Amino acid sequence: MPDAVTVRLTVNGVAREGRCEPRKLFVDFLREDLGLTGTHVGCEHGVCGACTILIDGEAARSCIMLAVQADGAEILTIEGLAQNGKLHPLQEAFREHHGLQCGFCTPGMLMTALDLLRTNPSPTEAEIREGISAVLCRCTGYHGIIRAVEAAARAMR
Amino acid sequence: MKPPKFDYHAPASLDEALALLRRYGGDAKVLAGGQSLMPLLNFRLSRPAALVDLNRIPSLAYIEERDGQVRFGAMTRQRTIEFSPLVARRVPLLREATKWVGHLPIRTRGTIGGSIAHADPSAEYPAVLTALDGEVVARGPKGERVVRARDFFVTYLTTSLEADEILVEVRLPATPAGAGWALEEFARRHGDFAIVAIAALVVRDGARCGAARLATAGAGPVPVRLRAAEEILERDGLTDAAIDAAARRAAELVSPDSDIHASADYRRHLTTVLTRRALTRARTVAHA
Amino acid sequence: MSATGWIGKPVRRVEDARLLTGRGRYIDDHPPVANVHHAAIVRSPHAHARIRGYDLTAALAVDGVVGAITGEDVLRHTKPFGVGVTAPVHYYCAATDKARFVGEPVAVVVAKSRYVAEDAAELVRVSYEPLRAVVDPERALEPDAPVLHDAVGTNLAGHRRLVYGDPDRAFREADVVLEERFRFPKYGSTPIETYGVIATWDAFEGVCTVWSNFMGPFIMHPLTARVLGLPENQLRFIVPPDIGGSFGIKTSIYPYMALIALAARLCGVPVKWIEDRREHLLASSSGTDRVAYRELAAKKDGTILGMRFRWLDNVGGYIRSPEPGCSFRPTGNFVGPYRFQNLEVDASIVMTNKSLTGPNRGYACGHLYFESEGMIDRLADKVGLDPAEVRRRNLVPSDAFPYRTPTGGLYDSGDYQAAFDKALELAKYTELRREQARARAAGRYFGIGLALAVDPSVSNMGYVATALDPQFRAKPEYLPKSGAVDSATVKVDPLGRVIAILGTTPQGQGHQTIVSQIVADELGLTPEEITVVDEMDTFTRVWSISSGTYSSRFGSVGTSAVVLAARKLKGKLVEYGAHLLDVPKEQLTFRDGAIRPRTGKGPSYSIKDLAGRAHWNTESLPEGMEPGLQATAVFGFTVSKAVDAEDRVNSSNTYGFIAEVMAVEVDPETATIKILRYVTVHDAGTIINPMIAEGQIYGGALHGLGGALYEELAYDEDGQLLTGTFMDYLVPTASEAPTIDIAHVVSPSPLTPLGSKGLGESSSMTVPAVIANAVSDALAPLGIRITELPMTPTKLWKTIEQAGRSHAAPRAGHPRPEPNSGTPLR
Repeated sequence: MPDAVTVRLTVNGVAREGRCEPRKLFVDFLREDLGLTGTHVGCEHGVCGACTILIDGEAARSCIMLAVQADGAEILTIEGLAQNGKLHPLQEAFREHHGLQCGFCTPGMLMTALDLLRTNPSPTEAEIREGISAVLCRCTGYHGIIRAVEAAARAMR
Repeated sequence: MKPPKFDYHAPASLDEALALLRRYGGDAKVLAGGQSLMPLLNFRLSRPAALVDLNRIPSLAYIEERDGQVRFGAMTRQRTIEFSPLVARRVPLLREATKWVGHLPIRTRGTIGGSIAHADPSAEYPAVLTALDGEVVARGPKGERVVRARDFFVTYLTTSLEADEILVEVRLPATPAGAGWALEEFARRHGDFAIVAIAALVVRDGARCGAARLATAGAGPVPVRLRAAEEILERDGLTDAAIDAAARRAAELVSPDSDIHASADYRRHLTTVLTRRALTRARTVAHA
Repeated sequence: MSATGWIGKPVRRVEDARLLTGRGRYIDDHPPVANVHHAAIVRSPHAHARIRGYDLTAALAVDGVVGAITGEDVLRHTKPFGVGVTAPVHYYCAATDKARFVGEPVAVVVAKSRYVAEDAAELVRVSYEPLRAVVDPERALEPDAPVLHDAVGTNLAGHRRLVYGDPDRAFREADVVLEERFRFPKYGSTPIETYGVIATWDAFEGVCTVWSNFMGPFIMHPLTARVLGLPENQLRFIVPPDIGGSFGIKTSIYPYMALIALAARLCGVPVKWIEDRREHLLASSSGTDRVAYRELAAKKDGTILGMRFRWLDNVGGYIRSPEPGCSFRPTGNFVGPYRFQNLEVDASIVMTNKSLTGPNRGYACGHLYFESEGMIDRLADKVGLDPAEVRRRNLVPSDAFPYRTPTGGLYDSGDYQAAFDKALELAKYTELRREQARARAAGRYFGIGLALAVDPSVSNMGYVATALDPQFRAKPEYLPKSGAVDSATVKVDPLGRVIAILGTTPQGQGHQTIVSQIVADELGLTPEEITVVDEMDTFTRVWSISSGTYSSRFGSVGTSAVVLAARKLKGKLVEYGAHLLDVPKEQLTFRDGAIRPRTGKGPSYSIKDLAGRAHWNTESLPEGMEPGLQATAVFGFTVSKAVDAEDRVNSSNTYGFIAEVMAVEVDPETATIKILRYVTVHDAGTIINPMIAEGQIYGGALHGLGGALYEELAYDEDGQLLTGTFMDYLVPTASEAPTIDIAHVVSPSPLTPLGSKGLGESSSMTVPAVIANAVSDALAPLGIRITELPMTPTKLWKTIEQAGRSHAAPRAGHPRPEPNSGTPLR
């Protein structure tokens, strides 16, 4: 690639590096260049939220960010959420409360909920709904997701 | 839906950014939070020769109070504003408006400068800037100029910024003690751009209304300051009758358009309804 | 039924561990073959245009492009797809002579990356001669309307008039006759994962392999094989382990499978195409928009004597199989849960310059019940009865099952009255009515809606032939169609571990979990001891024409095949154990994972023990026993029969029931609808996993709410899509999702070994009806009845305005104020 740029970043605690065109979307870089296919592409215009990841601790849509913008950043993707083979309390709660069916929105949903609970550890139901309204789910009617985030908030406090 | 090719620059200073804009002579786009520009690129509806990314200029992100104004570096993230104690205390209307801006992961990237420079007439921040009669600071090759809200928004997605200028700061007057405020928004889903929103601020002066501020989002090609409605309140006080009269007057002051989500008539009607609701709530918040 | 009883428990899902940790394997995740190239599809910007030619020069010159195909290649190398009507509609996998809707594929560019493919696709020049477009189904049948298909000569793809009983007499003898016109919108499934296809050709073996997130094979495998000119054993469909939702829409992916397969063949590389969201909204699939004219005849005591349905279903630019299922899928349950015997159905299938249609959750039933339940409320109003009472008077009684409907449906089991009573009780219906009276007295717009529906599961594919005239079906060369079949294999390995292999293609329904519960119960194991494989591969799985995961099939037919396979295997294990113990097999039983004497005394053999012996020492098998410990079963419903000469057909195989109550308040100022209470009671027979079952209900209900309030693929007069992004096509978020009270009534199906039925579509088919009825009830004081969806605030406000009761809005045209900033804020 004649006009390629180098992107160095930390993903899930591991230093990673790749080369890509400046126009490459961050989600494509994660999936294609770093092989992290857990982050999903759902709309590529920043509405569905399936591609949400944490960048320097904050939730963001990776489909409306350029890979080159993540240079130097600390990234958490779905692959880095469970630690030492143990599910994160949020993942546990999603399993317990049937917060997922097809699983396609789930990575974005978890990442969004993670930032929500970081900034608001005791959200009301309305605040949970508002927080996760950032991510579209077609399977669950959101019922199980809301219950799961409530349960995770309790477990994480 | 992949963006077309472009040159990419991430200058470390504002001067460097301005030089780049000059170099591309109007063919470059400034990239702030990217929450509106990136979708346009992905749809290939925007085809700039270059992107000038402001995200590597740390001096553009700050919130400070000076000369009775709260000043925001253009790259201040909406999420930072949402949690800023200074904003909560000194510009509470902006804090309330921030909760209506998109969604959590939009606000972590979205910036105040980006939202205002993008000039979507349905967005909340332009309405707040207009209601509070705030100012923006534009920096260009000839230096800085201060532009008042009413001179800034030209029409849909168009401002009076020149192609070689960058919006660097947003200034909002600090809210006087005892003022009441409210932002009432109607959207079809949570987090969408407003079909209509009304930003309101009232200052009580005994039984009278010392000052009233009203502006719209979604009710025309630019945010509309509802001055004639404000005058009713400043003349007749904050009685139910005055609020009702101001709300009716508000609808006469806007020229909304029809689109897939709402007809012009419906938007005009909502202007009345939401003005009444915003003023009624602002009145409750205000204490003389 | 089961010793250990995993069935009926909310067992946590097997699927979740991988999906929660980013280890799911969806179509876009891992290239199954090397050297994959990427396709971008060039699409028509015109709703209706003749194609004059193509110029690929600039596109092919882009660095990284390996080839491109156009409609000319499609015409040369493929055949049109078979369609479900006799009209000569030539539907190819891309436009050949004309483009007939915005977004129709006209060319494909293949390149080393999707970015480059999109760059080159922009450079493909297609010369169009734009033609007049038509988007409204009634307008499309007017004599001066532009005709889409010259060979057909009209935009009417098909028309049927179906008569059951004596509807004319019913209307003659009625005390009350009601008429109404309804409009149902075009909306989609919008799974968060879009379509994806990867195709490769083996030039030496002549085999084309297509990976995709398809819900078939279904009838589409033979259809596609014919289009590509391949025998069926040279076309291999493989479905990845995970599919990111479908809700019906992925049944319609197959034209892209043909198109990408052709691109792979002509470009000489494996080709991958992942649909983007713009393409999905423009051109994947949706339910039909429909104009319906309804008539109802009744006695003055509220007894329904008969109905007339006349509708125009808008299938878009072509008719794509399994359409016209939009009109005929509910044939057997046209009458819903009511016992009237006289019905006339006049169905017109109309082509217009919109995108194509196909199954969407609740396929055709959302339309049906929106209209029917709306008519029942009008009847209640007319005869002065409570809407609950008028329904009660017309329900099929609980002692009538199995019940044969006048249209040929065989309702296998049910207790409609009990389920309805439960819904009314749970909603505190009487109290709600009192609350409504108080609210109305206070000037508030409070409404209560009811909706009852028969929830059909497992389509009998024979219903599609209802679209054909009986005379056509009577021809000797006509091959009748019927059936609903699924298969499963259960096997035990030498260490006693169990693997179940399915022929299904789940899209989030948790088949692995459900099957692990069933097999665990059958074999006396725990679900964790069962591994379930559900990746459809047409070369290795046992499947038949109707196989796939659609029409709420799995809970009914898929699970039945698993039970039969497990029982078959169990029978073999008992026989083997009897041989080892040298006792008659009748003296043995299978309990807690072991073969034991019925008396409880004496030696037993665990599955592990038997498996080791059977695999390692075939000499130990009784004479004549087939070696290997596995069993495959194919379950088919015997009640699936071809449509008869009187157009009667049992269009589904098991029939559940839904009773719903919803209370809403309408804010007349903003015309927003607030759901105050929503109760849904389901009878889907035996519930295997209540957690998963309720998950389906929550999801279905919100999908129905989307269609009722938010979602529409709206077009302008010229056929341009107005809602082509997720900013305009509004999928409900968590903030819009109502709280739902769910309850069950269980009437086990006599047709399935577990007594289970499907419920995947569930409330998607009732919510449009129940909320329209609730809003109509709320606005009854203004004389408003809802006849059109979606009930957007702007439309509803206009209706309220026109009812002349809301505050008059100021008129337009006032000048903008001059600048005046008022006093400073300090």
